[in-house]
Amino acid sequence: MASKNNMYVIVIGCGRLGSFLANMLSNEGHSIVVIDIKPIAFNALAPDQFSGFKIEGDATELGILKQAKIDKADVLIGATHDENVNIMAAQIAKNRFDVPRVFVRILDPNKESFCKTIGIECVCPTSMAAEKMITALREKPES
Amino acid sequence: MDTLIVGGGKIVYFLAKAFFSKGYNVTIINRKKEECSRLARQLKATIVFGNATDPQILKDAQTYSMDAVLAVTPNDEDNLVICQLAKLNFGVKRTLALVNDPDNEQVFQHLGVTTAFSTTHIISSLIEQRTGLEEIVGLFSVAEGKVNVTEVILSDDSPVLDKSLMELELPNDALIACILRDDKPIIPRGVTKLNVKDRLLLITMPENHGQVLKFLTGSEV
Repeated sequence: MASKNNMYVIVIGCGRLGSFLANMLSNEGHSIVVIDIKPIAFNALAPDQFSGFKIEGDATELGILKQAKIDKADVLIGATHDENVNIMAAQIAKNRFDVPRVFVRILDPNKESFCKTIGIECVCPTSMAAEKMITALREKPES
Repeated sequence: MDTLIVGGGKIVYFLAKAFFSKGYNVTIINRKKEECSRLARQLKATIVFGNATDPQILKDAQTYSMDAVLAVTPNDEDNLVICQLAKLNFGVKRTLALVNDPDNEQVFQHLGVTTAFSTTHIISSLIEQRTGLEEIVGLFSVAEGKVNVTEVILSDDSPVLDKSLMELELPNDALIACILRDDKPIIPRGVTKLNVKDRLLLITMPENHGQVLKFLTGSEV
């Protein structure tokens, strides 16, 4: 990707989803900061793909978000396994630091409408998987 | 008044008891099963077992009928989501959240929580103000910290001894609400004079608190 399209992305949570996103986006030439409360999680970052920064800390702590230069971020992605951490960090990013794009991963489909109410874009793998499976079932009726 | 408390430990138990004594109805949501059964034995509250950041559990606890919701779990992110769900999904007017990171006080209020309070902040400001002067024997804040109520004992080197309140020229936005003299309360008037060992019940604002104390005791806070 051309450098003029370079985005500054903060990824919260370096689990399967977070590290995958961080590796890929960093490899594409974006500036990435990954935050995780457990330093061992950073082992999932691939040295040949990831060239961003890592911060060990709690992403709901304002000091940690400031350390990640959240005021300069173009995108914040909440990818921890705790959806409330994702939702809180996303709201701080959006409402307090005017981060233009904010995404969160949530697991409980019950919270999708809540995320819409507070104006946060959310991705719910649970309902996505369910929809895909239901569609697949309908496409191929038993023959 | 119908109140919902989310959390566990002693804080929930004693809050619930304090609310009962005021005649409030209390519902508690707790995510530990054993603690729920213990609370149910100890208190006359409605106990709901589950994760209060799940809208379904809040519905089970009849959050829509609550006058106030208090979130006092140890996790700031859970307290925020509980208060926001209560307000936005269930129309609760008054939400209160405990915050651990003092910076989150402002963040939470900005995000629609009615009152956010940080124990770190309360304790550190209490210590700060208490260690300032030996003569200050009690202090608490009301109206979310906008007004301080302090008890000050006048020592023999106080610059205001033998002056009447009229001649005192107390700084603005401060009031001597009551004087305890030999354990008798006096509601002072303009002509009341201040004596050594008088215990003054003082009302100040955080902005002029130090200034007023210095004025009454003569020493730097």
